[in-house]
Amino acid sequence: MSGVLGSSIRRREDPALITGSGKYTDDFTLPNMAVAGIVRSPYAHAKVVGIDTRAAAALPGVVAVYTAKDVEASGIPGTIPTAWLLPDIKTPEHPILAKEFVRFSGAAVAVVVAEDRYIAADAMELVEVDYEPLPAVTDPREATQEGAVQIFEEAPNNISFDWELGDEAKAAEAFDHAPRKVELRLRNNRLIPHAIEPRAALADFDESSGKLTLRLTSQNPHVHRLLMSLASVGLPEHKMRIIAPEVGGGFGSKIHHYADEAIVSFCSMQLHRPVKWTATRSETNLTDAHGRDHVSIAELAMDDEGKILGLRATTWAAMGAYISTFAPAVPTYLYGTLLSGQYDIPAIHIHVYGTFTTTAPVDAYRGAGRPEATFLVERLVDLGARECGLDPAEFRRRNFVAPDNFPYQTQVALAYDSGNYEPALDLALDKIGYADLRRQQAERRNGGGKLLGIGLASYIEACGLAPSAVVGSLGAQAGLWESSTVRVHPTGSVTVFTGSSTQGQGHETTFAQIVAEKLGIDMDQVEVVHGDTDQVQFGMGTYGSRSAAVGGSALAEGLDKVIEKGRKIAAHLLEAAEEDVVFEDNNFSVRGVPDSQTGWGDVVLQAYLAHNLPEGIEPGLEFTTFYDPSNFVYPFGTHICVVEIDPETGKVEIARYLAVDDCGNVINPMIVDGQIHGGVVQGIGQALWEECVYDEHGQLLTGTLLDYAIPRAHNLPHLELDRTVTPCPHNPLGVKGIGEAGSIASPAAVTNAVVDALSHLGVRHLDMPLTPEKVWRAIQDSSQEGRS
Amino acid sequence: MFPAKFTYHRAASVQQALELLAAHDDAKLLAGGHSLIPMMKLRLAQPPAVIDIGRIAELSGISRDDGSIRIGALTCHADLAASELLRQECPLIAEAAATVADPQVRNKGTIGGNIAHADPASDLPAPLVACDATIHLLTADGSREVVASDFFVGLLTTALGEKEVITHLSVPAQTIGTGSAYLKVEHPASGYAVCGAAAAVTVREDGTCAAAALCFNGITDSALNARAVAGALVGSSLDDDAIDAAVDGHLTADDPLGDVYASGEYRLHLAKVQGKRALKLARDRARG
Repeated sequence: MSGVLGSSIRRREDPALITGSGKYTDDFTLPNMAVAGIVRSPYAHAKVVGIDTRAAAALPGVVAVYTAKDVEASGIPGTIPTAWLLPDIKTPEHPILAKEFVRFSGAAVAVVVAEDRYIAADAMELVEVDYEPLPAVTDPREATQEGAVQIFEEAPNNISFDWELGDEAKAAEAFDHAPRKVELRLRNNRLIPHAIEPRAALADFDESSGKLTLRLTSQNPHVHRLLMSLASVGLPEHKMRIIAPEVGGGFGSKIHHYADEAIVSFCSMQLHRPVKWTATRSETNLTDAHGRDHVSIAELAMDDEGKILGLRATTWAAMGAYISTFAPAVPTYLYGTLLSGQYDIPAIHIHVYGTFTTTAPVDAYRGAGRPEATFLVERLVDLGARECGLDPAEFRRRNFVAPDNFPYQTQVALAYDSGNYEPALDLALDKIGYADLRRQQAERRNGGGKLLGIGLASYIEACGLAPSAVVGSLGAQAGLWESSTVRVHPTGSVTVFTGSSTQGQGHETTFAQIVAEKLGIDMDQVEVVHGDTDQVQFGMGTYGSRSAAVGGSALAEGLDKVIEKGRKIAAHLLEAAEEDVVFEDNNFSVRGVPDSQTGWGDVVLQAYLAHNLPEGIEPGLEFTTFYDPSNFVYPFGTHICVVEIDPETGKVEIARYLAVDDCGNVINPMIVDGQIHGGVVQGIGQALWEECVYDEHGQLLTGTLLDYAIPRAHNLPHLELDRTVTPCPHNPLGVKGIGEAGSIASPAAVTNAVVDALSHLGVRHLDMPLTPEKVWRAIQDSSQEGRS
Repeated sequence: MFPAKFTYHRAASVQQALELLAAHDDAKLLAGGHSLIPMMKLRLAQPPAVIDIGRIAELSGISRDDGSIRIGALTCHADLAASELLRQECPLIAEAAATVADPQVRNKGTIGGNIAHADPASDLPAPLVACDATIHLLTADGSREVVASDFFVGLLTTALGEKEVITHLSVPAQTIGTGSAYLKVEHPASGYAVCGAAAAVTVREDGTCAAAALCFNGITDSALNARAVAGALVGSSLDDDAIDAAVDGHLTADDPLGDVYASGEYRLHLAKVQGKRALKLARDRARG
């Protein structure tokens, strides 16, 4: 079906999901199943003096109560590993159940297994843990200061890693001689992911086969199996099957390996019964790996014409109480490498401290490092423009990497393969009516009433994670290729198995579109299978905006292999030379001989009948492909946000939001638009409402949806979308990623707009979230300064 | 949800509800469930018995009762918001009810449950105080009436006795020349009022103020009745300057509520801004 690629085909997975027949982990009930309730520390930091489980164990209906001692006695490894290591990084042991200390509020200390959840909840209240509370530290910079409580003996000053990128001397030289400089101190607010489906795990250990089947809310079941096997439960991989059924959103939070799935697996292995655990929303908020949480000091150096001469920054990135799965990569290789933005910056240096805090771990969350980088760069750029007396659009234009300068080697390791930034900026300025908005803004400032602000964010991201050798040299303990198996059935329909499993991205539609386009068959002849380690060859999973660029490429190459073998068989059947056989519209034909053709069905059937195959061709039609990208992909774009601010209350309203994105070729425009909608909204949430707040004792103050504000439809504007298309030059589909772009651009666009609205009052920067009180105080402070 | 163990009882009549209350110590009445159930889910409330009064028909509905409007305790927020009678005779309550949470909550949550819970940031207390509503309570021994300003005692605390049932509220129909307004700044997570300003003014034919009320949700631990502001307004011209002066000069609050989202100082500032806006809107409506 040519023309399928690039069409807004409705998502095939939706009818099941929206009518409630999709099966999520918690929907599975197995015979003889028990449930687990995990007893969690109420303290952020404490010594565990003793645990008395007797009363809980004695409650009728309680099957077992386990603590760290039971895990140790079982002989399993019982730990949660880190899968990305940096030089000299400290990764203290993370036991699945706390041993001598708890280091964040919500840390698992015991597990109750009971016949039902009511009994489990009652029994959890009966587990008596004797804690000796210790001081907490929740701020990533304060954690490194003198006097801060030491969380691990082996990590002095609570520093897990101390990482640098770029040329410090070159940057210093640029700053020494620059006529214009700006400095920015910022905090990138800590976020709680909030997938709609809370995390859940259902472990079923079969005594006779010695095999563990684990249904899990996972973005990467094979990676989970590998980590579980090596560090947690100690079963060999062939004795473990991990299934990710329908998964209701992840945003990164379901990449990571948590204690909980290891705990239920341990319980099932002990009891030889299926054991299920489903997080409550409160547990989710306490224990899902959080996102962001940076404190940074950043500077930009410029000449008098507004040309950027250098950028340097120091960042303290909270890691939380333990180093989560991919956490070390987030504030380093997914952050420091992006600090050139869309700009030609001759000198850059970044210094990052990854620090322990007595909080939930921090790891990848939609955008992972790149929103933090974009926020820092785009805020600096706005300040730089102001310093130089230039319009922020003009300042950006003067500093863009020129289109004839690609591939462009940045000062922070990445080589941008392609890009053309000015057309995206121009399109955005034109569509928003930029000049007119600036006129309106000036009028409003003179006339009173609501303040108008216009904010730009020109972003770049490196996604399509990732070339394996490159990430290997940077510390990844795995390759980041992706796999596909294309299985053509004897009657011509196709099942594809992808290692990239979905949490709502629409793989079952977009991957089928790729197959339909390539083979010329109907989409209903295509089944997409994912998320099951027993069905699917090893795969790396879905994150880092990689599914289309890496998983899709693995599929495209697999389909090429199918077509290639088909041509060989067709040439044999048609008694033609192989090089003369072309495959078009689901038909093999001989070039220039229109009558000499054979259909897809005949060729496929022959592959399986094997009655008449060319010499040396084995029967069957199935290929497995492992595709390793040669580079990251580099989507880019410009977003513009227009805000109106009530100066009396400080309330910010988004009047307009425009996104111009370039994600290369588009497989399904509707799905791409949906990803942009979701990403932009998530970023608006970070900018205006969301903040995970711990008090000085390390207690989570925003632990429920009554306190932690996620975006609501009635608080959001209509989103205006447009795009430019600059195909990726190095993958077979010319696609880039789009899953994270929105959340990368929008925090900066919104914040720039709010600061822009207040700039005439002397406001230079505000940290997110831009709550009405914060904005009101900024207005108050500036008017007081004006009076004095 | 996985609450602590409790027994469930359904009352078919108010009389039966009173009997069940008498028989079960520390029992909780269940109406729409939108305050009680979340507390039980988090095990913050662990009542040994729950008495479901949600299906007692006689407790529901809005009707005219001489010079006042009678609102049954089980009337849901959506019905308050949609009531033509309330919109004509006591629009402040309808306007406030329309701002409660979201449609699902408005369809289930009841006025009786709302005031019995007495969350300081919910939307109905301030309008009820501003409108001089009376709350009618029933026990096995008889009935009594409490005016709204005496009913709300403090944080999640009311004059309601442990064995009492709220049967209905009565609200005086507003007099000719009266206008009212409820202006709410909602918390972006909970939807509760960070500041909910309920204003009502009655204007004489010459345009001066005959009566005024200004009350707030979300500012103090129970509805804040700004009597001094109202006192300063009576007899005034009700022009913008008069309203600004009355609010700036007379609005105070002891121990304003504060949290991560909005400090007490900011809430008090909001109360001034929103109080002025609500009074001006009420005045414009009064003048038609």
